[in-house]
Amino acid sequence: MAATDFHALANPLRFQRFATIATPWLVLAGLGFLAVGLFIGLFVAPPDYLQGEVVRILYIHVPSAWFALGGYLGMALSALAARVWRHPLADLSVRAIAPVGALFAFLCLVTGSIWGRPTWGTWWVWDGRLTSMLVLFLLYLGVIALIHLHEDKAKGLKMAGYLAIVGTINLPIIKFSVEWWNTLHQPASIRISGSSIHPEMLTPLLLSAMGFLLLFAGIVLIRMRALIAEQRLEARALRRAARAG
Amino acid sequence: MAVARPRKQQRLVLALVALAVLAAAGVIAMFALEDTAAYFRAPADIEANPPAPGETFRLGGLVKPGSVGRSDDGLTLLFTVTDMKAETSASYRGLVPDLFREGQGVIATGRLDASGHFEAEQLLAKHDENYMPPEVAKALEGTGHPMDKTAAKGG
Repeated sequence: MAATDFHALANPLRFQRFATIATPWLVLAGLGFLAVGLFIGLFVAPPDYLQGEVVRILYIHVPSAWFALGGYLGMALSALAARVWRHPLADLSVRAIAPVGALFAFLCLVTGSIWGRPTWGTWWVWDGRLTSMLVLFLLYLGVIALIHLHEDKAKGLKMAGYLAIVGTINLPIIKFSVEWWNTLHQPASIRISGSSIHPEMLTPLLLSAMGFLLLFAGIVLIRMRALIAEQRLEARALRRAARAG
Repeated sequence: MAVARPRKQQRLVLALVALAVLAAAGVIAMFALEDTAAYFRAPADIEANPPAPGETFRLGGLVKPGSVGRSDDGLTLLFTVTDMKAETSASYRGLVPDLFREGQGVIATGRLDASGHFEAEQLLAKHDENYMPPEVAKALEGTGHPMDKTAAKGG
């Protein structure tokens, strides 16, 4: 049953109908979660025993990092689907996700840098975690550049897709960099075995993360709808040109 | 034919930009993977594999509790870096990051002198993955486990 539903969405027209209904809900719910999460995080949650008030940047930095990685995985899987099944929506999904993921990666790098200055004593170091996260941002930029590289759109998308797929090697490197190598960045706080973040701080983090996730999905749907509309316009212009010619 | 030239140029520029971005990613990756990608060496690493005399490297570990002091001139910070296996005594002159505390992580850039004492030129504070309110940290300290990782979880 679920598979049938999924296939139904693969039809661009049905997808359009679904996206039109889902987009406002995703954006509104995302903004709601984000507002509540950030309000609790910034005004209600306690300061950290070691870092004091500076710790509150956590509520933006960590969700940005999670969905910069999650978005990349989504983009790479879309690229894979586009190459294997040649579905037009899969290529659209790659194009829709890339700039949003790049924005999240950028937000993660900037907030991390701002956080690092008062806590570590430096804006930036070339340790395993920070470097691999910068590489993720550059991979996003590479994918965006390749999408626009070719006059022949299909060829550009193909190359961008291959880069996105190859770049997934970086995801485990980011995740495990803090365990494989000595880094300035501390290891993960949330593991399968439990969280080393106090519940009073974990709750706003998870609320904020839910907001980031829903907003990410909402923005990607908006972009996909815009890209579909753009394709229709181009097709119409081509038809008109053919008729006139 | 007149249209083809600017498009080709545009493609060339885009290709160069893409290549530059990729090359940057590659170079940065190489940068990070240098020295098997370790950002610092622990006291036990130094004991097992001593650095060359005068070699600049990063020493990392915990600031040994009770080891922090000042030299007689009042300007030089003295402390011991430990990884629970080995220890290195270190000194540093300059601004100390706020999070430099006994029992917390530290990464110092500098070199060993002839006696095996580490002279730091740069000091970075490293914090752990535990986040908790001050009262909880105080309560944990009372039980004698200030750094207990599992105690912070689940309240």
